[in-house]
Amino acid sequence: MNKSTTIDAAVHAVREHTVEIITNSGEGAQKCAQIFGQTCAKMGNGVWTVEIIPAEIEPPHHTVTSTSGNIIRFGTEKITNWGDQSKLAIAFNDQVCLSRHRLNSFDDNCIILQESAWAESEDEVIRKMYAEAMEEMSSKNYRFIQVPIEEETLKVVDNPQHGKNMFALGLLAEIYNRDLAIIEKQIAHIFQKKSAKVTELNVQLVKNGMQWARDNLDFRFNVETIPAEEKRVVMNGNQAAALGAVAAGMEMCSMYPITPATSVSHELAAIIENYGGIVHQAEDEIAAAGVALGASYGGKVALTVTSGPGMALKTEFLGLAIMTEIPLVVLDVQRGGPSTGLPTKVEQSDLLSSIYGQHGDAPRVVIAPRSIEECFHSMVTARRIAETFRCVVIVLTDANLATGVQQFTRPEFDIRWQQEPVDFSPVPEGLRPYDWDPETGLSRRIIPGTPGGAHTVTGLAHDELSNVSYEPESNERGCKMRSRKLAVFQSTLMPPDVTGDQEGDLLVVGWGSTQGAIEEAVDRARKEGHKVSTCQLTFMSPLEPGLKEIFSRFKKVMTVEINYSDTVGDPYITEETRRYGQLAWLLRAHTLVDIDCWTSCPGQPLRPNDIYNSIIAKSEKGASK
Amino acid sequence: MSSIPISLLELEDDASSCLVADDYQKKEGKWCAGCGDFGALNAVKRLLAKEQLKPEKMAFVSGIGCSSRFPHYVNAYGFHGIHGRALPIATGVKLARPDLDVFVVMGDGDCTSIGAGHWIHATRYNTNMTVLLLDNNIYGLTKNQTSPTTPQGYTSNTSPKGSVLPALDPLQATLGVSNASFVAQTADWVPAHLYATLQAAFDHKGFSFVRILQRCPKFTPDVFTENVKNPDLTELLVHEEGVNAPGLDKLFKAMREHDPKNIDEARALAQRKDLLRLGIFFKDSNLPVYDEIRAVPPVSPEEKVQRLEKEFDRYAV
Repeated sequence: MNKSTTIDAAVHAVREHTVEIITNSGEGAQKCAQIFGQTCAKMGNGVWTVEIIPAEIEPPHHTVTSTSGNIIRFGTEKITNWGDQSKLAIAFNDQVCLSRHRLNSFDDNCIILQESAWAESEDEVIRKMYAEAMEEMSSKNYRFIQVPIEEETLKVVDNPQHGKNMFALGLLAEIYNRDLAIIEKQIAHIFQKKSAKVTELNVQLVKNGMQWARDNLDFRFNVETIPAEEKRVVMNGNQAAALGAVAAGMEMCSMYPITPATSVSHELAAIIENYGGIVHQAEDEIAAAGVALGASYGGKVALTVTSGPGMALKTEFLGLAIMTEIPLVVLDVQRGGPSTGLPTKVEQSDLLSSIYGQHGDAPRVVIAPRSIEECFHSMVTARRIAETFRCVVIVLTDANLATGVQQFTRPEFDIRWQQEPVDFSPVPEGLRPYDWDPETGLSRRIIPGTPGGAHTVTGLAHDELSNVSYEPESNERGCKMRSRKLAVFQSTLMPPDVTGDQEGDLLVVGWGSTQGAIEEAVDRARKEGHKVSTCQLTFMSPLEPGLKEIFSRFKKVMTVEINYSDTVGDPYITEETRRYGQLAWLLRAHTLVDIDCWTSCPGQPLRPNDIYNSIIAKSEKGASK
Repeated sequence: MSSIPISLLELEDDASSCLVADDYQKKEGKWCAGCGDFGALNAVKRLLAKEQLKPEKMAFVSGIGCSSRFPHYVNAYGFHGIHGRALPIATGVKLARPDLDVFVVMGDGDCTSIGAGHWIHATRYNTNMTVLLLDNNIYGLTKNQTSPTTPQGYTSNTSPKGSVLPALDPLQATLGVSNASFVAQTADWVPAHLYATLQAAFDHKGFSFVRILQRCPKFTPDVFTENVKNPDLTELLVHEEGVNAPGLDKLFKAMREHDPKNIDEARALAQRKDLLRLGIFFKDSNLPVYDEIRAVPPVSPEEKVQRLEKEFDRYAV
C-alpha cells in the first residue's frame, strides 16, 4: 500500500469501451458488474450490460463450462446494445477466459487481467490446463497481465470467493477513473441487510484493488462522462417489465418458474403487495394462465409471465381467453428453442407461435419492446389494449432485454395508466354479454358482481347472449367480430419510422431487442456511403400500417433476426425450399414483397459488426442486380 | 317490537325479493333423461334458495364434459372453461373477488384425470370454494371411455375387455393431500343426503370437496345398482359436526358415528371397500385458507403512483 511505488500510466481517451468480468459461477461477477455499471451510469456514461450465465447454478469450477460473468459496454454517448468484442477483461481463471476466447468475445488486442495463482499451482493438472489454455489463446495478440487477485483478497477476508469480485471492481475503478464515493454508496446499498462490517470489508477490497492498479498498471482509459440533464433510471428489462406491470395497475401476476422470465416475478413478489396485488406461484404453467384468466374474469387485468416452453403449455388457455374475450396480458421472455433449447440464452423465435400458435382462428395482439425502456412502457400499453379490446396481449421480450441493463428517462407516472375501477352499475335492459358493435366488434364486458348481468362465458362457439351456438352464421359472426377488433386497433397505429434516408438500396427491418445493434450497424454502413436505412417494428400483430409502401421505396428489403433461416446453396436448400426467418415469413405474407433475411441463432445477442457485414454483403449483391 | 304494521311491511318487502329454487334455474338442463346431473342441479338450486344468494354474487366455474354444462343452467355468473382446468380458473376468480361465492363443478375425467394436478394443488391451497365432483365413473360426452374412477373390469369403448386397473378413489386421494380441509361423499339417489352435504360444504370455509356418486343412464346405468336396491350396503357417517338429514335413519340401518376431525379414521374409512360410505369424512376449519392468507389491502391509484416514485428512486442514476 505504498504510494511511492506507483508507476506512470498512459491515459488513453476513448469514446467507449467494453469490459468483461469472467469468473466461475458463484464468484460474484454479477455484483461486481452491477456496481460498476451503475457507477458508470451515475457518472453520466451510456451503459449496456449483459450477463453471461451458465444454465446450472454452480457447475464444476475451473472449466470452460463454468463461465459466469458480465459484459459492460459504456461510452460517452447513449449505448443501445452490447457492441462487438471486449477491449478489457478480468478473468478469475484461465479456463473461463478460454471459453470466452473460443466464443471470439475478445478484441485481438484485448487486455486481460488474469488471476496469477494458476500458473504456479501445486496441482500439476491445473498447471497443464493453464499452459494449454495460454497456448491456445496465443493465436491472438492479447496482453495478459497477471494479477494476484486471490492473494490480495486474502489480505482482507478469509474466504476469497466472497471478495475477489470487489478487488476486481477496484481494478476497474482505477483503470477507468471511477468515482469511489459512488461505488461506496452502491456497496452500502447492496449489503444494507448485512452488518456494517460487510460493507466496510468490501469497500476495503475495492480500495486495495485500486491501489494494486496504481502500483502495477501502466495504462488508464478515460471515457468522458456527460452528466444527464434529465432524470434517469437504470435497470434490466425484467425489472422494467415488472415495474411496468405495477404502473399499469395490475394486481395479479400468476406464474410458474421458468428461465429467463422468473426474475420478473422476483421483482414483483418483492413489491406488488404494497400495490394491492399478489404474485401467485401456480403448480404449473397451465394453472398459471388459468389463475390469471380467472382473476381477469373477476375484473382485474392479470399478468402471466413465462418463456417459450411455458407459452406452449399455456396455448389452450390463451385460446379460451380469446374466445371468451377476457383481457389477459402474457409476457413471454423468449429464449432459445425448440424444446428446452437454450434456457438462459437469447433467441427471437417465438414470433410466429405467439401470433399463430393456436388451434382455430385466434386473433391477439403481440407487442415486441425494442429497448429496456420499452419493456416498461409496453406493459402499460398492453394492459390498456387488453382491456379496451377485450383481448389477449402478448409482450415478447427476450433474454437480451431481460438481463441487459441500460439507463433510460425516468417515467413520469400517469394515473390513467392504471385500470379504472370496475363499472358495477346494473346492466341496462337488453344489453347482451357480447353486444358486438357490428362496425368494431367491441362490446362492454360484464363483470361478475354486476346486477342484472349474470351469464355464463364459454369456450364453445357462442352468440351475443353467450349461449352455446353451433349455427353456421353465429360462428362466422363470432370469428369476424373477434378479428375485427384487431383491424380497429391497427387503425390507431402509425406507420413505423424509417431511420436513414426514406428511400435507397437496402432497408433492414428488425423487431424487438435487436434495434440497438441494427441501428448501429446501419449507421456505420451509411457513414461509408451505403444507401441503407432501417425500420424497427414493435407491433407484430397487428402489424403497423404502411409497410408495403415503405418497402416499395427500397431496391431490397431484408430482415435481421436472432432465429433460424436456411441459406440458399446449402444441401437441398434452394429459393423454393428455403425457410426464412420468422419476421421475413410474416412480412412476405403480409406485403407480397420478396423480402430476404439474415438471421443467426448463436444463443447470444447479434453484434453490430456481424450485422454490418451482412448489410455490406447484401447491398453489394443488390447493387449488382 | 310487536308493532304489527311495520313487521307486515317488512315481511311483504322480504317476500317480494325472496328467491325460490326455480329462480336459480336459467335454462333447462340438456342432459339425458335420468342423468345424475339433474339431481345435483336441483340440490344446488335448493341450497342457493335457502341461502338467498344473489345471482350476481356467485360464480360457477366448470371444465369440459357433460357435468361441466352445469353453469349454463344456473342463474348466476358462470365460466364454462376448458377440460381439466376449472380449479385454476376458480382460484383466480376467488383471489380477485373474495366477495363472490365460488362453486366448481367437474366430472370424473375432468377432475381426476386431465385435471388431477390442479386437483391436488387446489386441495392444498384450500381456497374458499364449494367443489362438486360429479362422478359417474365414465366419460359420457365423448361417448363411453374408461375414466380413472371406472370400476375394474367394467367395459367401455376404450376398454372392451374391461378396465384393467383398480379404480382411483378420489376420497383417498384428496384425504392424502396436506391442508385438505373438507372431504365428503354423497349420492344422487339419496337427494336429502345430497342436499345436506352441499349445505355443509357451503357452510365450511375452505376448499369443500364433495364427491357425488351418480349414474350415467347411457353408459354406466348399473354401477351402483346394488347400492340403490339395497340400502344395507351403504353406511352413513354421522356426527353432530357431520351431515344430518332428517329421515335418513329410517332408510339406512348402517350408521357410523365418525368424528370428521379424525383424519386417521377418515383415511381408514375411505380405504375400506366393504360398504359404500356417505357423509363427511373429514372437516377442519382451522387450516390456512389461501384467499385469506393472500388478501392484501387495496391501494388507491394515487397512492400507487407515490409508492412507485419511491420504487424508482432505487433505480435512479
